[in-house]
Amino acid sequence: MSTTGGLLASYEYLDSTVDAIEQLKKAGFKGVKAYSPYPDHHIEHALGYDQSPVRVWTLVGGLTGAATGFAFTTWTSVDWPLVVGGKPIVSIPAYIIIAFELTILFGALSTLIGLFILSRLPDMRPSVVYDPEFTAGRYGVYVEAEGGRLDEARQILNGQEPIELREGEGGADV
Amino acid sequence: MSNATKDPIARGALAHPDVTRLDDVNRDVLRVLETPGKGWWALFSLAALGLVIFFTSWGWQLYRGIGVTGLNAPVGWGVYITTFVFWVGIAHSGTLISAILFLFRAPWRQAIYRAAEAMTVFAVMTAGLFPLIHVGRLWHAYWLIPYPNSRFLWPNFKSPLVWDVFAITTYFTVSATFFYLGTIPDIAAARDRATGLRKKLYQVIAMGWRGTDQQWHHFGKAYIFLAALATPLVLSVHSVVSWDFAVSIVPGWHTTIFAPYFVAGAIYSGVAMVITLVVPIRKIFGLEAYLTTKHFDAMAKLCLLTSMIVGYAYMSEFFMAWYSGEEIERTAFWNRLFGTYWWATWIMLTCNVFVPIMLWFKRVRYSIPALFVISIFVNIGMWFERYVIVVTSLHHEYEPFAWGIYRPSLTEMGILLGSFCWFGFWFLLFTRLLPPIAIQELKEVLPPPMRKQKEAH
Repeated sequence: MSTTGGLLASYEYLDSTVDAIEQLKKAGFKGVKAYSPYPDHHIEHALGYDQSPVRVWTLVGGLTGAATGFAFTTWTSVDWPLVVGGKPIVSIPAYIIIAFELTILFGALSTLIGLFILSRLPDMRPSVVYDPEFTAGRYGVYVEAEGGRLDEARQILNGQEPIELREGEGGADV
Repeated sequence: MSNATKDPIARGALAHPDVTRLDDVNRDVLRVLETPGKGWWALFSLAALGLVIFFTSWGWQLYRGIGVTGLNAPVGWGVYITTFVFWVGIAHSGTLISAILFLFRAPWRQAIYRAAEAMTVFAVMTAGLFPLIHVGRLWHAYWLIPYPNSRFLWPNFKSPLVWDVFAITTYFTVSATFFYLGTIPDIAAARDRATGLRKKLYQVIAMGWRGTDQQWHHFGKAYIFLAALATPLVLSVHSVVSWDFAVSIVPGWHTTIFAPYFVAGAIYSGVAMVITLVVPIRKIFGLEAYLTTKHFDAMAKLCLLTSMIVGYAYMSEFFMAWYSGEEIERTAFWNRLFGTYWWATWIMLTCNVFVPIMLWFKRVRYSIPALFVISIFVNIGMWFERYVIVVTSLHHEYEPFAWGIYRPSLTEMGILLGSFCWFGFWFLLFTRLLPPIAIQELKEVLPPPMRKQKEAH
């Protein structure tokens, strides 16, 4: 966490949260972070998100799987050529099934790995900026405020009537 | 109940009219994890007892050899393969509800999908035991893994049985991944309320989920992609299972209809199993506000649709056998209806085609006891469908000297019964350890709390 400190506000309402984020953004604050009990597109929109790079992981994983499936079956057939059931040594239609299954398998595992890397999971360090109510019903906004701008940030966050406003320390473990 | 629900316009739009606040969901769902009631303990003891039967039967078979079963030439596939296909089929509707209905944005899936997905994972776990049981010599089961033997000869990738290994292992891995991913935010919710040892456990499996914008952003995308991967997968898995049969030349198996027919049957049996499982969960844990009659109506309609597809497939099988003019094919299907195993076929037809006709009536679809009873009929019928396919086809193939009768032994029946208990054991543990209803997805369909709206009132 930032040593200069930050502010964590817990809100009861979605619109207060979105307004707080938009005002912080407008005031030029960097390092605004939002917490919510479910994925909300208003919040994502306010933070200005682009496409997630998870899709690249999925694509690359899937293509690797397909290539592995075809390469593996073909190589093993050619490695010791045996005619089985009068079929060609390399029977592409039969191998499509193996390639298909591996496409899905590699694609899914790669998506999971990509997600973990991109969203910094697992993260078992105790976090000071967290409120256990974020998984229940509250929304949260955290902003890293450099030295002199702390008061300005506090004013913006307070303007939306938070249930709680905390400075850096005093959070809960996750 | 707050004012919001009394507003008729808001109420019409709500999927769960009795749930108004976001943290109500946590309260109601996480309560399930706290104290197990007598009902839960009774079921759990029953399942544990069944596990004893299961492992005793399997142990006996391992000790004495596969001869303790009724399997012999010509019927080498009996109750084990029947039950394997049955459980793989059960798994399918879980993925249908969690992945396919997610992509189609079906609004009724949120309340049910967690239980359905857990059912998928445990059903594949159960199904996966059957090849191991069926190979007899369990200590050689690792031969199923595709690796070269001591002469560097690889498995035959043109064989449907090898495809099946790939399909089932992929299906298990992907459905477990999908299940785990979807559960992470809910485990975090459980973590934030739990204490003591449970908190420690949830801390580990939630992996430090905090619900930040960054996490949700990637989570949402990853979830869509996994759903998009799981959708063709689920359709492929039962197709591959059907090809275990259809790629052979056994009369009654060698048909092109098998893949879609199996997939429809799988979803049919799975939805029925979801109803069978969700009715007691709703009752025992008091989740009536979340699992409403509308949800059951939607599942009943899905059952009705797939029941008709399955019924159509039966008819077209019989018709094509006659229309083909092929004598052996005709005999095989005549034999199904009126041969030694006529009773199995008529149980199948009654449970799968005739009983579900009642689902055409709205009153039946809205009656939870009626649905529960029908769902049990469907479960029985779908097990017998696989029994009919496996046994009647094998016992009466081409050569009259190779015909024979198969009778399941007590050991096989013990393992069949035990497989339900093995499944039930895991499912019951699941209802106590993980939130059985998807907390975060339910919150997505609830109206978000708005200050401005409140001030306007």
